[in-house]
Amino acid sequence: MKVSLFITCYNDTLFPETGKAVVRVLERLGHEVLFPADQTCCGQMHWNTGYLRESIPIIRHFLKVFGDAEIICIPSSSCVAMIRDHYPKAALQSNDPKFVAEVEDLLPRIYEFSELLVQKFSVEDVGATYPHRVTYHASCHSLRSLHLGDTPHRLLRNVRGLDLLPLDAVEECCGFGGTFAIKNADVSSAMLADKSQCILNTGAEVCTAVDNSCLMHIYGSLHRQRTLVRTAHIAEILASTGSDERHTATHS
Amino acid sequence: MSASHRVSAADHNEDFPTAARALLQDSQLRSNVRNATGVITRKRNAVVAELSDWEALRESGSEIRSHVLQHLDHYLLQFEEACTRAGGHVHWARDAAEANQIVLSLLPARTTDVLKIKSMTTEEIALNSYLEAAGIRPHETDLAELIIQLGHDRPSHIVVPALHKNRGQIRDLFARELHLDALGESPSDLTNAARHYLREKFLRIPVAISGANFLVAETGSVCIVESEGNGRMCLTLPDVLITVAGIEKVIPRFRDLEVFLQTLPRSATGERMNPYNSLWTGVCAGDGPREFHVILLDNGRSSILRDEEARQTLKCIRCGACQNVCPVYRQTGGHAYNSVYAGPIGAILTPQLHQLDRGASLPYASSLCGACYEVCPVKINIPEVLIHLRGQIVRQQQATLAGKLGAWNIGMQLVAALFASGDRLALAQHLGRIGQGAFIAPGGFIEHLPFQLSGWTETRDLAPLPHESFRQWWAERPASTTSSSGGDV
Repeated sequence: MKVSLFITCYNDTLFPETGKAVVRVLERLGHEVLFPADQTCCGQMHWNTGYLRESIPIIRHFLKVFGDAEIICIPSSSCVAMIRDHYPKAALQSNDPKFVAEVEDLLPRIYEFSELLVQKFSVEDVGATYPHRVTYHASCHSLRSLHLGDTPHRLLRNVRGLDLLPLDAVEECCGFGGTFAIKNADVSSAMLADKSQCILNTGAEVCTAVDNSCLMHIYGSLHRQRTLVRTAHIAEILASTGSDERHTATHS
Repeated sequence: MSASHRVSAADHNEDFPTAARALLQDSQLRSNVRNATGVITRKRNAVVAELSDWEALRESGSEIRSHVLQHLDHYLLQFEEACTRAGGHVHWARDAAEANQIVLSLLPARTTDVLKIKSMTTEEIALNSYLEAAGIRPHETDLAELIIQLGHDRPSHIVVPALHKNRGQIRDLFARELHLDALGESPSDLTNAARHYLREKFLRIPVAISGANFLVAETGSVCIVESEGNGRMCLTLPDVLITVAGIEKVIPRFRDLEVFLQTLPRSATGERMNPYNSLWTGVCAGDGPREFHVILLDNGRSSILRDEEARQTLKCIRCGACQNVCPVYRQTGGHAYNSVYAGPIGAILTPQLHQLDRGASLPYASSLCGACYEVCPVKINIPEVLIHLRGQIVRQQQATLAGKLGAWNIGMQLVAALFASGDRLALAQHLGRIGQGAFIAPGGFIEHLPFQLSGWTETRDLAPLPHESFRQWWAERPASTTSSSGGDV
């Protein structure tokens, strides 16, 4: 199938390896990946910080760029949550029936990366090999907006050599929350300290998630503490065939 | 210096990040809050899991409360009529000052002391300090409220107001204030001490003041649920009973209690049923109070009702489950919110009760993790309301020159402009790679950032921008690899 990739603004800028990994996995499964070059951001940062008026042109830009896309793959559950939970409201408030119709048309075409593989393509084994001890951080949006449940685990359990270790307090937020991490840096840091301790307690070498935003936050602390634990987006693990370690530890 | 001392000495109008910063240093308080919220949440989860129709109960609770809010005028008048018919007296108070004056005017001549049942609404209007200024001593009879009153402290949780205190601290407080040097610190020692202290007051003081969990419009009844029996004592022994209730507390029918008497105790204390469920309707000759008053308090609620987006805030039945699961509240405890209503519900209710004049930092005191919405027994979408209030705050700031020129506004406007096209974003990425050089430490990471961004690097490193963005890599990718070649990148 033709899959249009919305890489997301921060993956594009900070985590290109995640995008490359998504492309590798999708192409390995026989899909054609398209990358609309005029894409930018979903508008989440502005919306969630209260810059609602400013987020509208960003949302409309997204709708324009992905208007014709058959399937849209997004390697970030929080951006998917932004689109599913808030685009309809943004459209309704605009009193513009065309805007409302475009959003209605968009929603069924949106998939988070692991959701696309498991729920749309019915693939749980993507032929990956990753001989490491890994723990999975369940991001808040993946849990409580997308309700991904064990979708990511199904993919990880099928990775050759991967030892999946359970994480304590897995449902608790890592403290990122976008601008929350800056506006309430002290509380955010306290939440992060608890999260990174739970991760260290697992004995994992790598912490993975479906969101690089949480992982950037978590790795910020793991690196500051000079631990050797790395973080890697789930796509990078699934892209790995064991032959090329360079792709498996983007954030280290 | 004890935590409570520091808290009560603090400026109660300081913003959330400032108050939180101080409280995060108090490891005893943090450990008390973490333990208590953890215990309640585990009990809550266990008893909620017992009900196969929990989601249906949440939905019913949500629908009933939404319906009430859409027809609040009707149900309040119906309540007034039914309560009056049953021999009660209904009073209407626009704000805290009016409610306090009405309470004072209702006290029999020569009243020197009044009993109190735990009530967040009377905390909201600061009734105790008002009565004290008028020479009347209020006596809190709920164990937690007694702890707060004896310690000159402030409540930190809407269900468990002294949740920030542990047993040892309570033992020391009782020993000091009640002159019980040999007091032990087991739960039975502490409750016996409180019972002994309170029993004399129940028998002596002829006036009690309560809040309400529910007002039933159909019958004019008032409902209070509690765990200790102090409420039942106050509702039955005194001659005069005065109830102060927010106007949103009304429910249409008696049978609606079926939903809330299941969801409230399970959500609030992890119990299947509250130990004491008291319901009374007006007065009854020869039994209970001879005189009964209800004061219906607005105090900002009708302005919340006008805001269609935020109206759902008033669905709240004050179970506190959102506080117990909130990862922010669990770090700081309730005092950081500088409000009677702390935690997620406080973060949306407090600023609205004050028309954003107070508590404007509270809607930002959330990572929007959504745990509060997930447990809410009346399905208040707290993250949605938080974002809505953030929107109001931003618009307010943008209406002033200082706000327009503030770092946040300028930064957000700039970034919004960059997101207008892929080319602009690519240019910004390019400039970012050039500009970041000054901040990269010898280890290759960013360890210090300036201005607002320094909050990040106080505890977190940041990887620098990679030499190539994804879009650059894609643009330079040979065209032949774009289909099913399996592209080894």
